[in-house]
Amino acid sequence: MSTTPRINIHEYLAELEDIPGTRVFTTQRARKGYWLNQFCMSLMKAENRDEFRKDERAYLDKWPMTEAQKQAVLKRDFNAAMDEGGNIYFLAKIFSTDGKSFQYAAGSMTGMTQEEYAQMMLKGGRSPEGQRSKKEGR
Amino acid sequence: MAKITAGVTTSHVPAIGAALDNGKSGEDYWKPVFAGYEWTKAWEKAQKPDVVILVFNDHASAFDMNIIPTFAIGCAEEFNPADEGWGPRPVPVVKGHPDLAWHIAQSCILDEFDMTMINQMDVDHGLTVPLSVMFGQPQEWPCKVIPLAVNVVTYPPPTGNRCWMLGEAIARAVESFPEDLNVQIWGTGGMSHQLQGPRAGLINKEFDTAFLDDLTRNPERLRHMQHIEYLRESGSEGIELVMWLIMRGALGPKVKELHRHYHVPASNTAVGHIVLVPEA
Repeated sequence: MSTTPRINIHEYLAELEDIPGTRVFTTQRARKGYWLNQFCMSLMKAENRDEFRKDERAYLDKWPMTEAQKQAVLKRDFNAAMDEGGNIYFLAKIFSTDGKSFQYAAGSMTGMTQEEYAQMMLKGGRSPEGQRSKKEGR
Repeated sequence: MAKITAGVTTSHVPAIGAALDNGKSGEDYWKPVFAGYEWTKAWEKAQKPDVVILVFNDHASAFDMNIIPTFAIGCAEEFNPADEGWGPRPVPVVKGHPDLAWHIAQSCILDEFDMTMINQMDVDHGLTVPLSVMFGQPQEWPCKVIPLAVNVVTYPPPTGNRCWMLGEAIARAVESFPEDLNVQIWGTGGMSHQLQGPRAGLINKEFDTAFLDDLTRNPERLRHMQHIEYLRESGSEGIELVMWLIMRGALGPKVKELHRHYHVPASNTAVGHIVLVPEA
């Protein structure tokens, strides 16, 4: 049987916020982003994608989303969308609708150009050195 | 009697499916990714599994924010490839094995695992990319598939230890199924990758190599690894590796490694693949 010690939920949740450059999709973010993420899901239907493409603002206005969420979508600012509770797998429906790849979208969140990001991946990706913990600086 | 004869793991990067679907698998970028599966493709042809229990995660395809099951078992006759935003992948419909799936569901519940039973579910790249790399591009998939979807998107996902114990319960369920069936269990997802935020693109070859090694050498370490370690070391989406432990738990205490493949990069991700068989 299990020998894992019981997890303290408060310590668990605090640690999730300690990772540099990362927004872990906690229930707090899930609640905030509920309608943003449900809007994204609607883009799994071809007719909804067409309607969104025709007039993005009008389509977004049909959803009870915050203005900040709508702006993040219109600007394709995926970091901002995650700050507003978006989850990357849901946001993927937006860049898939745009015909963009996951590599393009991931790269867009790093501040690198698409070419620089692709080169970094070809060279073995981003090292975890210094990227593990904010408070411990490692 | 039904029996789990092997465990297979693989990453399930959507771009791998797209490369295959768009005829790009022979390009220099993709060649080394696919080359590592050639051994397994031949081995699977010889093994002829009747059923694969395929552990994967749904990527906001079948499940939206309304229902978030931790462990969901697909009990339907068949499962259609999902439209993930660019139309469904041009791959065969996935045929289920409802008799065995319902048996596993009932058996696991009586074994104190509270499974969610799913009768209607489109399956996304998390499930179809592993089938493609193992079986190529056939008209029909050569075996039945029981999808087992694990929540690794909304926190907290199940612990590694819980995944391991579910694997053990699945093995007990399979062994109590009266029909003679050759069953494999696949764990998919991983290895190190991060798809979001300024830290996107993280890859940790040392972590991945140790994870592959310890599936045979020291599975107890993996079983008790905490979520935060996956997140810090293998990127936010590296957490998918907990699903490999359902596979590993189902194989029993000792296993033998038959084949391994590791390659960086496929799009944003470190591709890892291993074939294990239980040892007495």
